[in-house]
Parts: sequence; C-alpha cells; structure tokens
Amino acid sequence: MTEKKKYNLHSVTDRVHSGLSRRYRAEKCFRRFGVCAIGLSLFFLVILFADIMHKGLPAFLQTQIKLAVFFDPELLPLENLETADFNALLKSSCRALFPGVKGRRSKKSLYKLVSDGAAYELRKQVLRNHKLIGTTQDLWLIADDELDMLMKGNIARNPTGRFNQQQLYWIEKLEQDGRLRRRFNLTFFTSGDSRDPELSGILGALSGTVLTLLITLMFSFPIGIGAAIYLEEFLKKGRFSDFLEVNINNLAAVPSIIFGLLGLGIFINFFGLPRSAPLVGGLVLTLMTLPTIIISSRAAIKAVPPSIREAALGLGASPVQVVFHHVLPLALPGMLTGTIIGMARALGETAPLLMIGMVAFIVDIPKSFNSAATVLPVQIYLWADSPERAFTERTSAAIIVLLVFLVLMNASAVYLRRKFERRW
Amino acid sequence: MMTFCGSGIKVPRKPVEKVIRCLLAACAFVAVLTTVGIVLSVVFEALHFFHKVPLSDFVLGLKWSPQTAIRVDQVGSSGAFGAVPVFAGTLMIAMIAMLVSVPLGLMSAIFLSEYATRRFRAVVKPLLEILAGIPTVVYGFFAALTVAPMLRGLGRFLGLDIASESALVAGLVMGVMIIPFISSIADDVINAVPQSLREGSYGLGATHSETIRKVVLPAALPGIVSGILLAVSRAVGETMIVVMAAGLSANLTANPLEAVTTVTVQIVTLLVGDQEFDSAKTLAAFALGLLLFIVTLILNIVALQIVKKYREQYD
Repeated sequence: MTEKKKYNLHSVTDRVHSGLSRRYRAEKCFRRFGVCAIGLSLFFLVILFADIMHKGLPAFLQTQIKLAVFFDPELLPLENLETADFNALLKSSCRALFPGVKGRRSKKSLYKLVSDGAAYELRKQVLRNHKLIGTTQDLWLIADDELDMLMKGNIARNPTGRFNQQQLYWIEKLEQDGRLRRRFNLTFFTSGDSRDPELSGILGALSGTVLTLLITLMFSFPIGIGAAIYLEEFLKKGRFSDFLEVNINNLAAVPSIIFGLLGLGIFINFFGLPRSAPLVGGLVLTLMTLPTIIISSRAAIKAVPPSIREAALGLGASPVQVVFHHVLPLALPGMLTGTIIGMARALGETAPLLMIGMVAFIVDIPKSFNSAATVLPVQIYLWADSPERAFTERTSAAIIVLLVFLVLMNASAVYLRRKFERRW
Repeated sequence: MMTFCGSGIKVPRKPVEKVIRCLLAACAFVAVLTTVGIVLSVVFEALHFFHKVPLSDFVLGLKWSPQTAIRVDQVGSSGAFGAVPVFAGTLMIAMIAMLVSVPLGLMSAIFLSEYATRRFRAVVKPLLEILAGIPTVVYGFFAALTVAPMLRGLGRFLGLDIASESALVAGLVMGVMIIPFISSIADDVINAVPQSLREGSYGLGATHSETIRKVVLPAALPGIVSGILLAVSRAVGETMIVVMAAGLSANLTANPLEAVTTVTVQIVTLLVGDQEFDSAKTLAAFALGLLLFIVTLILNIVALQIVKKYREQYD
C-alpha cells in the first residue's frame, strides 16, 4: 500500500516536471503574442501619423517667385482700374525676366511658372495703392503648384516629366538669382476652395465647420442635459424608462450614415430645409451626438451623492429646485466633458453630411446658417479625390489641422475632468 | 426673525414645476422621435422602392447595376437591383476587418489587463484609444493613398494582381480602426471577472497563460462575444473608409484582392449629387439603408442583451 502510494506520488511529480518546460514555453509564447499585438497596433498608429505628417507638413510652406513688375500706365488706365488687364501685366513682367523668349509656345510655358492667382494679387495691390502705377516693384508672387511640387522634391527634375527642358533651365536660373523662396502658406488659411491647388485653402471649410458645430452645440447641449436630468431625476423606473434606455443605447450604435438618410428624408424632403446648409448639417449631427451626451450626463448626475438632494429637500427646496440649484452645478463638469467628447465626434463626422449635400465645390466663405457650405472632413474627402499631387499635400495638411482641433478638444475634456473631479 | 422664503410663496411653485418637468420630458422624448424619424424616413422610401422592384429580386438577385437610363424607353432603363453582390462585399470587408481587429484587440486587452504594469497600462491604453478617435475620413485617405499603393507594390513583387481598390485594403484599415473598440470592451469584461477565479486556478498550479485561456476567457466570453458583435455592426455601417478605398462596381467574388462594393458605398454613390426622388435608383439607397438599419439594430440588441445577462451573473 505505502509502496504503491509512493510510486504514484513520484509519477505525478515526474509528470508535472516533464510538462513544465513546455508549459513555461507556452507561457512565454502567449506573453509574446500580447506584446506583439500591442506593438503592431501602436505601429499602425505611428505609421498613420508619420505618413500624414510627412505628406502634409510641406503644405504649410509655399513657393513664391520674385518678379520685377512694371505697373505700366498704358495697361492700367486710372478710369477703369477694376477691369484692367492684370494678366497682361503679369505676362509682361514674366517676359521681362527672360527677354530672349520667343514664340507663343515658349512664352506660354514661361507664364505657367506663375500661379493664375498672381494677377489677382497685382490687382489687389494696385487698387489699394494707386501710386504704384508707373513704377517698377519687386514683388513676391505665388508660384504655380507644379513648380511648388518640383521645389519640394515631389516631381523629378527631368525633362520627360511635367516640365520641359526650357522650363527646367528657367527654374535653375531663377534659383541662382534668388528669385525663388519658400514662405509660410498663408493662402491655405485665408481662402476657400479652388480648382488651383496653390490658391485653395481651408477657411471656407473651417467656417462651415464652425457654423455647423454651433448649431449642434446649441441644440445638443440643452436637449442632452434635459433628457439626462429627466431620465435620472424625474422618471420612475419601469417599462417606459427601460424603453427609453434601450432606445438611447441603440441610437448610440446606429451607423452615422443612417442619420444622414434621416436628415435627407425628414429635414430636407419633408420640412423643406435648404440642402448643403450648416443648419441641416448641425441638426443631423445633433441627433447623432445626443446619445453620447445623454449617456455621459447621466453618469455625471449619478455621481452626485443622494445626501445633497436630501439636504436640499429637507430645507424645503422643491424637486426642480433641488436639481437646478444643487445637482446640476455639481454634475456640470462631467456633462461638459461628455459634450466636448460628443462635439469632437461630430467634428470628425463625414458620412451623414455627404447625404445632405454638404459635398459641393464651394469657393465662397459661408457666412450664414443657410448658405451652402462644406466642413473640414468633407473638404478632406473632396481633395483626396483630386488627382493633382499638390492636392494630396493639402489634404494631409487639412487632416493635420483637423487632428489638432481634435487633440485640443479632447485635451480640454481631460483637463476639465481632472480639474473638477471630486470624490465624495 | 425668520421668514419662510417670502418670495417663494408669491410665485406659485406647482405650475412652474410642471412646465419645467414637461420641458425635460420633451428633451428625453427627442431620442424616441429620432428613432421614429429614422424608421419613417427609411421605411417609406423603401416601400416605394419595393413597389417598383419586388422584394425577392432585391434580396436574391445576383446583379447590381443601378444606372438610370437617359431615355425612358431605353432597354434596361430600370437597372438591376439584385443586392446579393453588395451584401457579399460588405460581409467580406467586415470579415477581413474582424480578422485583423479581433486577435489584435483581444490580445492587447489581455496583455494590458493581466500582464502589464500599472505604468505601462496608463501610457499604452490612451495611446490605443487614439486610434478610435481618429476621424474615419482620415483612415479612408490613409487607405486609399498609402496602404493601397503599398499593397499593390507588394502584390506585384509577389506576382499577385491586387486591384487598387481591393477589399483587402479597406478591410485591413477598418480592422485597425476597430482594434481599440474591441480592446476596450474586452478589457472591461476581463477586469470584471472575479479575482477569486484566477486565484483558484493559480492554487491548482496553473500558469498565468493557462489561467487566462482556461478560466478568465471562458468566464469573459459572453462579454467578448457581445463586444465582437458591436464591432461587426460598426464595420458593416462604416462608410468613409469603404467609400474612399473600396470599389464602386458590384463584383460577386470571394477573392479579397479584387474590388468589391458595400452597402454604405452604394448608399453614398446613389444619393450624392442631384437626384429625383421617384427614381428607383435613389429609392434603392433607402432600401439599402433600411436593411443596414435592421441588421445593425439586431446586432446591437443581441449584444446588449448578452451584456445584460452576463452582468447579472457576477454582480
């Protein structure tokens, strides 16, 4: 009996021992899988950011070209300056740079180095200061986007590509004379969309975004908080409250494009609100962000201890007074945090806005809630479709701007949470 | 001297309270109205569509080409509205996304909650969550302009022909987007597994990974499954990545290297731009929308039910 037991014990330990190294190996393997999974996920994150930074950062600089512009009084008659031919002015100053250029085609390829927008710049300067007429000024003007790309090394410097031999020679000459420089790309922040990459900017999309988000904030904040207060403080638990809860949780998980269909079907077709307008976009985003705001606001209200309510009630406050004088102020930081996170989501949303037509090519800067507008993510979508290399650069730059806004919003949410976090 | 809120007595409290309560209730009711609005706007147009195209053709048809003809009398002016290739494409992309995100998200969550030190977790978890905060249009851009050419180059190197708008690219990038979604849900449910289960397992001599695989994961399985269901609903409803990186033409194929289209892509292409509201083409978008709504709704409800049941077990 004892012999047998000893023998068994021996064999169990043996068996455990013989398997141990394999099991430890499996343990190490499993751990390594975990590290790999995290490493791979973070690797994607790094690649994504590196790629966008790499593509987008150069767009914040823009190539300019120095021309000696002679403001020819013959071309600029004082009586109708507004309609004067500034293009001719620009062309003559281009020719003055390389007097030897002959032939229509050569001249045309020379003019191509300067942006079409340069003529507007000249016009603006003359209209601002009539004294320029008759003088020669050295002016830095915006270069064409292809030249910009060449200077940034995105287009190869060989005559088989976008530029011919002659143009490459001119560019080299301009470089030697110090007539090319790269400066901060102010155009990108001060103009709307354009067919010419070098003249396009995000101001239109940004103001569209601001208008849309204003509408969203105006509606979603009060409605979200009101709904949360009602659900937490006034509604009795029961069938109806369960129904509301399931409803809100489901809305939070409905694909955003469905909200776009709702906007198209109800706001535009049924109520006849204008297409492409920040008003409709803001309303659609309101409905989309409401669940987020309601859920986080409810959590904030729940965190306020019942003793506060009881004390207020004991002093004779009515239920509504309890909520508005005591619970709401204490829960407000949490509600604000939730609202900011909801707004950040709304800021990055694209799909529902495509449905309601905020996807048009819009040059003007939108000024009212009813004017046709687009928003930053949609602008990114539109530019991403454009074939020009310069637009790819601008798309990435617009993404960087969008991400900066998102980081700022999320950081302020975290700050609010840290600052007002209370332990009861 | 004490006065009992002299001013409060003059203003009648009750009516004011009632009005405020009603206002608050109205706010809460907006959520219900939104659901009703979604159902109404989608169902009505979808019903119009099913008057023109029979339901069976839509659900079982194998050909999807919703072009509208220039002339009314043109042959095939009504287009073909068999949605099977569209469903197949959606499913394939969602599946690729799941193949990427489930292992990565789950393993990340396991490592973060079971192995990682507190400091490592405090740094890495928010970093992972950044992936969820990036707008989908950014992922779309990344997929179309960086990942697609890269995969194409890789494919050429290996002698494979990868379409520039392949299902693989869209699925891959979508999978990356969903990683934090899965990992944060899995993290929550793994943390909710009672410590006593783990300790019992250690006491019996199991190693750390054996405990995780044989005790923690089975205990957390319902929560993980519901998280995966929610992620699938996310993947099916995701729009911008597929609009920018997946194709437009509906191919019925099982090859992930070819271009396929999805429900959301079709909704966007059918509805963007000017359109009349009585053509089958625009109405088809609403029919697809109805389908998408129903599918995601079922996924969400099932997932939420599983979570609810699971919570009751350990509380």
